[in-house]
Amino acid sequence: MISIAIEKKLKAYQGQQVLRIERQFAGGSITKIYGPSGSGKTTFLKIIAGLITPERGTIVADGVTWFNAEAGINMPVQKRNTGFVFQQYALFPNMTVKQQLEYATTDELWIKRLLLLGKLDTLHDHKPEHLSGGQQQRLAILRALATKPKVLLMDEPFSALDIKMKTELIAELTIVLKELGTTTLIVSHNPLELEGLTDEEMTFEQ
Amino acid sequence: MDLTPIWLTLKLAGITTLLLLIIGLPFAWWLSRGRSFFKIMIETIITMPLVLPPSVLGFYLLLAFSPQHGVGKWLQEVFNVQFVFSFQGLVLASVLYSVPFMVGPVKSALQQLPPALAEASYTLGKTEWQTFRYVLLPNIKPSLLTATVLTFAHTLGEFGVVLMIGGNIPGITRVASIAVYDSVERQDYAMANNYSLILFAITFVLVITVFVFNKYQAKSPLE
Repeated sequence: MISIAIEKKLKAYQGQQVLRIERQFAGGSITKIYGPSGSGKTTFLKIIAGLITPERGTIVADGVTWFNAEAGINMPVQKRNTGFVFQQYALFPNMTVKQQLEYATTDELWIKRLLLLGKLDTLHDHKPEHLSGGQQQRLAILRALATKPKVLLMDEPFSALDIKMKTELIAELTIVLKELGTTTLIVSHNPLELEGLTDEEMTFEQ
Repeated sequence: MDLTPIWLTLKLAGITTLLLLIIGLPFAWWLSRGRSFFKIMIETIITMPLVLPPSVLGFYLLLAFSPQHGVGKWLQEVFNVQFVFSFQGLVLASVLYSVPFMVGPVKSALQQLPPALAEASYTLGKTEWQTFRYVLLPNIKPSLLTATVLTFAHTLGEFGVVLMIGGNIPGITRVASIAVYDSVERQDYAMANNYSLILFAITFVLVITVFVFNKYQAKSPLE
């Protein structure tokens, strides 16, 4: 279970606005987050990961306080064990497909399974620049899963995939996420996307 | 022809470059992360050698490390180390004089990397040092090479600052650029030409290596 109650000032096109969120996510649940551009969806994911610090509030995951502004608690990003799929993938250009996963984990069996899951096993020695957009996006998802994260935060993770690949990957992901018991938050600009994958929904408004 | 000034120059450039790789890279990384008035002040000071006459820097180093005053006197008395008119003095002066050539390109390259690269590494549980070593540094290789070669080549060409703090002691502080000047003063133009040609050839090879290497580097997806 993750309990979040935070406040963060955002610089928006129309001036400054405040992102206020109070929400609980059940352990192992998969939540779809959608809303217009600039409404703070990515900022919200980064706040949970510990990459952005809110001005006020608390974040508690499975009874452990990750953030408490009043008490001055801010657990470092490295210790939160969150997987993050960045919208622009953020793959390391100097590493091959396999090296990106080896950088995250030493569990060879898990790496093998992830490569099969993302259908990247035959491309394991390719660097990101030699992968298509869809392959890069799949690698970004696999890398985020490599640490077997407690919380998985995905920012538009399926935007570059064709419908067939998306359907197959979502089916596989559902199994893996349930198996790991990972609490997952997926940002999507399309409210109709992710049918069958998510348990809950969360809407951001401008 | 006495090749000692050439070897001395190469030794000085090698040691200076190595020291600046050790000191300059973490320093460039620190400067690349966020801005503050303190960082602006530090950056201004380390950029000064780019615009300051080398003799000015050499003059202040001469004053600071003179065995008769302050720091120089203390170093002499406590550690029996003398920076004025010694090879270690040349190294100190060269390191200070070449700092902007190492730190500048590396800092700019680090700032141009997408912040998400480091963020992705942190979410994988990696420390800032691991992120710097395995993600950031390998992705700025062309700039790193440029900075290394520029630092080396710039040290080869030092004259004013080296002359001020090191003087012209054969085998100790008489580097190639000073040997050229010395030869001209003695009207030995053939010798001056020999030293000049060797310096010209070395720097030409160094600079062309950078251009060739960077040209044939696989195109980065970051570009």
